[in-house]
Amino acid sequence: MAAVELKTGNGDAKPVGNATTSSVNVRVLFFARARDLTGTADTLLEVTSGSTAGDCLKELIARFPALEEIRECMVLALNEEYTSDSAVVKENDELAIIPPISGG
Amino acid sequence: MHNDQDKNLIEILDGNVLVDIAKYTNYVSDPQAGAITTFSGTTRDTFDGKTVVELRYEAYVPMAVRQIQAICSSARATWKIHAISVAHRLVHHADALDACKFMIDELKATVPIWKKEVYSNGEVWKENPEFMERRSMEPAGKAVDAPNVACRRICCGAKSKVSDESTACEMNLE
Repeated sequence: MAAVELKTGNGDAKPVGNATTSSVNVRVLFFARARDLTGTADTLLEVTSGSTAGDCLKELIARFPALEEIRECMVLALNEEYTSDSAVVKENDELAIIPPISGG
Repeated sequence: MHNDQDKNLIEILDGNVLVDIAKYTNYVSDPQAGAITTFSGTTRDTFDGKTVVELRYEAYVPMAVRQIQAICSSARATWKIHAISVAHRLVHHADALDACKFMIDELKATVPIWKKEVYSNGEVWKENPEFMERRSMEPAGKAVDAPNVACRRICCGAKSKVSDESTACEMNLE
């Protein structure tokens, strides 16, 4: 008899119905001074499901310590809207680091 | 919120494209309009005694367009406006009637566009005081309703200007 085993992506067999992913992937954009400090215009961040924008920022500063310079004067945008640190990020969300702006 | 039937033309222009003022004026022109107000921002060639050799702009374009749309909606909530056209040229600002001034203030406080001044001996990313003030009042930085009080000054004093235009805001009022 063939035994049917359901596998998740990481190879562990899990019962049907446990569809929760343990992490989400978020695309992060760096603008202006933020890009100068990180050396890149964008990066991918993998964070635990349920993480907030603030959690993402902590992770980004751990990865790019130079961002500390603008931590107090930056704001965050999630999916093209200004957001607070407590907003929960979802799979494929786009987080932007917004340093002080100078348009107009 | 943003009404799809609102007559708004919003463009973020590449630096190589000249602002065609006539295009924006024509967009807002209408026999039922009582007035057309225009604000054209220009760039300066000196700052604090230093000569600016180059201005570089960048923008988070989709969010910038979204924010300008929100500003148009806020302006419409306070003034009867028939049509609005806003062009921001990313090459490398501010006073007309109250509605136009409000919109430029809001743009400086919330729209994600950045400018870097490049001097012969260094460079700096400029920071709008309007953004810093707004951030201390309202962390999320959302566009706010138009104030009833007289608008505050933006400009930081007389500077020489070059004729090349970076921002045009045209609207007509019913």
